[in-house]
Amino acid sequence: MSAHTLRPGAEAIAEKGWLTAHKWLLLRRASQIGILLLFLVGPWFGLWIVKGNLNYSYTLDVLPLTDPYLLVQMLAAGQTPENLAWIGAAIVVAFYLLAGGRSYCSWVCPVNLLTDAANWLRARLGLKGSAHIGRAARYWILAMTLIVAAVTGTIAWEMLNPVSMLHRGLLFGMGLAWAVVLAVFLFDLFVMRQGWCGHLCPVGAFYSLIGKLSVLRVRLPAREACNDCMDCFAVCPEQQVIRPALKAINGAPPLILEANCTNCGRCIDVCSKNVFSFGTRFGAAVPTVAGAVSPALK
Amino acid sequence: MENASKPKAKWSQVSAASRRQFFADTARLACGVGLLGLGLGLYARHATALPPVALRPPGALPEAEFSAACIRCGLCVRDCPYHMLYLAKPGEPLSTGTPYFVARQAPCEMCEHIPCVKACPTNALDHALTDITKAKMGLAVLVDQETCLNFLGLRCDICYRVCPVLDKAITLEPQSNLRTGRHTLFIPVVHSAHCTGCGVCEKACPTEIAAIKVLPLQLARGQLSAHYRLGWVEKEKAGGSLVAPDVEHSYHLPEGMQYAPGKGLSVVPPGAEPALPQGGAVPPAPTFPKAFQGDKL
Repeated sequence: MSAHTLRPGAEAIAEKGWLTAHKWLLLRRASQIGILLLFLVGPWFGLWIVKGNLNYSYTLDVLPLTDPYLLVQMLAAGQTPENLAWIGAAIVVAFYLLAGGRSYCSWVCPVNLLTDAANWLRARLGLKGSAHIGRAARYWILAMTLIVAAVTGTIAWEMLNPVSMLHRGLLFGMGLAWAVVLAVFLFDLFVMRQGWCGHLCPVGAFYSLIGKLSVLRVRLPAREACNDCMDCFAVCPEQQVIRPALKAINGAPPLILEANCTNCGRCIDVCSKNVFSFGTRFGAAVPTVAGAVSPALK
Repeated sequence: MENASKPKAKWSQVSAASRRQFFADTARLACGVGLLGLGLGLYARHATALPPVALRPPGALPEAEFSAACIRCGLCVRDCPYHMLYLAKPGEPLSTGTPYFVARQAPCEMCEHIPCVKACPTNALDHALTDITKAKMGLAVLVDQETCLNFLGLRCDICYRVCPVLDKAITLEPQSNLRTGRHTLFIPVVHSAHCTGCGVCEKACPTEIAAIKVLPLQLARGQLSAHYRLGWVEKEKAGGSLVAPDVEHSYHLPEGMQYAPGKGLSVVPPGAEPALPQGGAVPPAPTFPKAFQGDKL
């Protein structure tokens, strides 16, 4: 009960030590910054390990990686790519089928660094209140971007997409991209908690579709040990994903199967009872798959 | 089936009020996103018009298709050995993230192996382009004759000499200089069949503002109506005139005068026969041209 007055994770730090209680967060930041640096050492130091950006990149002149969402928009707009882009998209889809769809959001996407900062600041400043838009809004926006691509015959979303704008801006020059990125930061800080990544971003929505089937999952091997301290809810960017697995809603297995879990691992960090761990979707008892998948959203 | 009846039962348990709320929420969301989509669509339409100074890399598809095919990755920019390509930044009047160059700043150097096209993972830069001299990035136009040094009578000739498609894309056509009455103007003439739109001429033009500029094809190019035929071409194809030959021209001149093209009017020298075609002469019987012989042309 003391957890309510302490900051989330305080108990875990006391139990496990600071480093263990920040293990996945640190690894995640290392991954986000490391990937960004891999891209940046090219333009900065002429060390071309990776060329391109998150839309499409070519690593060491052998490995093509294509954002499948961009590929789908291109197809909707009526164009087909070259072989390398197809191969790149297949590799990316295969990878995220293993690693969890929205792992892209928490382990790769540069905007996540900003929105995490906004949400951290929001908590520190004690900003309460948040605009209400359903978390399904992102799927509407995803559909909208594809319809607009088909109707206008252009990859229209790229003119607004803060994700590629920020990444491309860092590599090729920001222009007015900073304004769009700042808008996302301020939106998350003052207007809506977890607003961009958790409610609106169609890139994340697209990767969550891959995440429906992906292998790597957060498991709850010790969910009986839960003492309802609520720390995992406090830190989770997609809080709705935890409850079914933690509380065995409709006989759900101890396994987070929700597509929007970003595999950030922060719940593993902050749980002083070690309820959570990374694992696969397979194995262990899966009582009723139908019950497990049914979304108990609210 | 138990599963099939289950959601139905649930739905009927939902109160009318919360059902209404659900529809209201959905409508709100759909309309909000719809408005965003409308704005995005209009913005996208607006931004597909390329500003005239921005040229696309070699092999770029026509603008409408290009903005659908370009994945905005910047690999063409990275693989250009001359670093003359840029990705459009937000706020610039081009589709954000698409590649372009400005000829006056740095033109395309027309690499033989066209690395930018090879780097393109989509077909935005058409991989069918393997001969750089077939590229059509734009078309050079001598837009300001009043400031072109060659038009002013100097032998600048720079655009002609720097052109990578030398003596084909730009030729110098002699014209008499009517101002001095004794010199020749060497007028640079661009030939659209050979001009790749690389922009080297525009970059090299020594005047304060270039007199020759590369413009996008849709701006620079005219087109004859489809029914137009070039008489001299058709004549050569057919191996002879397709219409009745011109009647020999006759001049109605005062008595004792004669006219010869290039020489002008002169008095018929005494003793000479007066020039025949004075109206009285009978023109030779016409041989019927093909057009009158029932041929299908």
